[in-house]
Amino acid sequence: MHALTLPESGHYDEMLLDSGGIRPHYRDFARWLHSQPPETLARKRAEADLMFHRVGITFAVYGDDSGAERLIPFDTVPRIIPASDWQTLEKGMRQRVTALNAFLHDIYHEQHIVKAGLIPAEQVFSNSQYQPAMQGLDLPHRIYAHITGVDVIRHSDGNFYVLEDNLRVPSGVSYMLENRKMMMRLFPELFASHAVAPVQHYPTLLLNTLRHASAVDNPTVVVMTPGHHNSAYFEHAFLAQQMGVELVEGQDLFVKNHRVYMRTTAGNKQVDVIYRRIDDAFLDPLAFRGDSMLGVPGLLSVYRAGGVILANAIGTGVADDKSIYPYVPDMIRFYLSEEPLLQNVPTWMCRRPAELDHVLNNLHELVVKEVHGAGGYGMLIGPAASTAEIEDFRQRIIADPNNYIAQPTLCLSSCPTFVESGIAPRHIDLRPFVLSGRDITMVAGGLTRVALKEGSLVVNSSQGGGTKDTWILEDQS
Amino acid sequence: MMLSRTASQLYWMSRYMERAENLARLLDVTHSLSLLPQSRGGSDITAALATTGALEACRARHPQLYAGDVMHFMTFDAANPASIVNCLKYARENAHAVRGKITGEMWESINASWLEARQMALEGRPLAGFFDWVKERSHLFRGTTYGTIQRNDAFSFVRLGTFMERADNTARLINVKSHLVGNEAEDSAADFYLWGALLRSLGAFEAYHELYRDTLSSRRVAELLILRPDVPRSLRACVDEIAELLPRIKGDTGHRAKRLAATLHAEMSYGQIDSILDDGLHTYLTQFLSQIHGLGDAIHGAYLEAA
Repeated sequence: MHALTLPESGHYDEMLLDSGGIRPHYRDFARWLHSQPPETLARKRAEADLMFHRVGITFAVYGDDSGAERLIPFDTVPRIIPASDWQTLEKGMRQRVTALNAFLHDIYHEQHIVKAGLIPAEQVFSNSQYQPAMQGLDLPHRIYAHITGVDVIRHSDGNFYVLEDNLRVPSGVSYMLENRKMMMRLFPELFASHAVAPVQHYPTLLLNTLRHASAVDNPTVVVMTPGHHNSAYFEHAFLAQQMGVELVEGQDLFVKNHRVYMRTTAGNKQVDVIYRRIDDAFLDPLAFRGDSMLGVPGLLSVYRAGGVILANAIGTGVADDKSIYPYVPDMIRFYLSEEPLLQNVPTWMCRRPAELDHVLNNLHELVVKEVHGAGGYGMLIGPAASTAEIEDFRQRIIADPNNYIAQPTLCLSSCPTFVESGIAPRHIDLRPFVLSGRDITMVAGGLTRVALKEGSLVVNSSQGGGTKDTWILEDQS
Repeated sequence: MMLSRTASQLYWMSRYMERAENLARLLDVTHSLSLLPQSRGGSDITAALATTGALEACRARHPQLYAGDVMHFMTFDAANPASIVNCLKYARENAHAVRGKITGEMWESINASWLEARQMALEGRPLAGFFDWVKERSHLFRGTTYGTIQRNDAFSFVRLGTFMERADNTARLINVKSHLVGNEAEDSAADFYLWGALLRSLGAFEAYHELYRDTLSSRRVAELLILRPDVPRSLRACVDEIAELLPRIKGDTGHRAKRLAATLHAEMSYGQIDSILDDGLHTYLTQFLSQIHGLGDAIHGAYLEAA
């Protein structure tokens, strides 16, 4: 029997109604939870920790050579999403990713959207993520982002909003898969009583997507990692192993006669598709950063000649940049002639004088971000900042307004979570993974990240975030 | 088929593990010999050092070559790339890079070995227990490998590393004592301890007595450690394994390595100790070492760094 702490008012809780009642899709789970002795659940959590350690689902900590790797905390209370919510999300994400791929093709070809005056030219072409080398290059099926992670939150109004698109090298899918495996192992009875949509076929869908990206019959696919010091190395190795393809580093590949080969014990083997988990800047020292040892000299010229497929394509970052994000709803209208099904978080662009005024007058209640910043750097959280910090940021914005956007402080929904004191609400987000191949495919699920600190809205694993299994309930009708 | 880099890391993982074990065996025997009254000061330990090729590096660090300093240099010294602790470290680094290709149990055993060794080095544990511990960790790694890994190319490269390292090591060990082999009448009492020590360091003392049922003679010891196929650390046993492993590796890049291994194997299968001793043991072993190094280069060229 567990006492459930109620969420603060004004938040949306995934399980509990404001009245204290249980939302319908959580009722069976709540009933089961109340029937569990607390010591059983504590034991299961310890079991999960032990298994994660033994399997080695960890992320490497930079600069630590003790071999100790940190575990991302796993919470055993699942985040449950009803079928109807998922249908909305899925349709919205398909629409969004279709438009983003159309946008990438457009800006690297005729640039209709710029000519139509919807997006200012300098926003695109002076963006550091824009890659001139991609201009005029025709990609098979016009797919740029084969794998997209869409970060979604549920606001206090109960609606989903897209916080961010990730079109470069989105990570986290291995946790989605391992969390499910863990939950099925710990609580098989829950899967008998809930129709939870399966996610374990994700590696198969991913492999199909990667194979389809190449025009070659029966293409050779590899996963390319920066190496075992990378924090996401576990995921790179995991996906390669699950797809049954080689996990390569730059030093394993070389360019010869306009093709890419890998060095193997049975001789050199041609590579057709590279699922690269390494940033654009490190792919080819001849074309990008000359000081990097991670890439393959000459890779870009082979790529430009169509001799190899990179997933995702080079230069996709221009579409997930914070300065471009506000235009995604316009892209959907422009390319698809549809209204966006998923909303953006309202965003003020400081480059526009009227919006700049609004931002400067409301700094204490806004979140201000640098357009090219990532990982929570260069950010002001108005409600949590001191007057001095706000004034300091004000000067920085005035000095370079083009470099900033502002958004209202969001209210991430909460979900009951095991903490020291028992079960209490903690804020969560959701990252589903969208695959663009012959069709757009996705497994019904995603990675739910949870901010384990009370009241915290920061779900990043580097800042004390954990993960939960995400259950999409299938319609029983 | 596997990536050359992966094959190389598997091969070196087991080579370093085997090297750690061989070092522990060598130092263990040296350590117990130094307790005997016949022992002539520090000569044994310098002989042991010479075997590993680390004599000059050690002299640069410890000019007096005091036994305690040398032992520390060869076991726990992080600044000596050839110390046991560093062998375990390199084994672990290679294993870490190929975690997806070895079993979880193999990884756990190799990772735990390094973590524990590092702790022991910090605490400065007594040596006698340490050598047994290293041997046990190597046995555990080998047992875990046999008991858990798939019989594929990965397994072949792990085994290949073990036997290439072992062949090299056994040959060097015998070579250090090769000048002592004369006619049996000249085998002295001191030599008795040295041959006994050599057999013990290779785990072949019991085998000698069971096979020959006779006193220790340098000729028989040489025959046992060079030509007997049934003694697991003999040169012949190592070459048997290598000649069997190489043809199993898929692909057709390794002709030269396979030919060298088959040649060496044929020579040893029909070799006789008397003709070896007639030509001189030292000459034979020096040639054997150069053949093994040539084979190692061929393996590298064909599989481990193919371009």
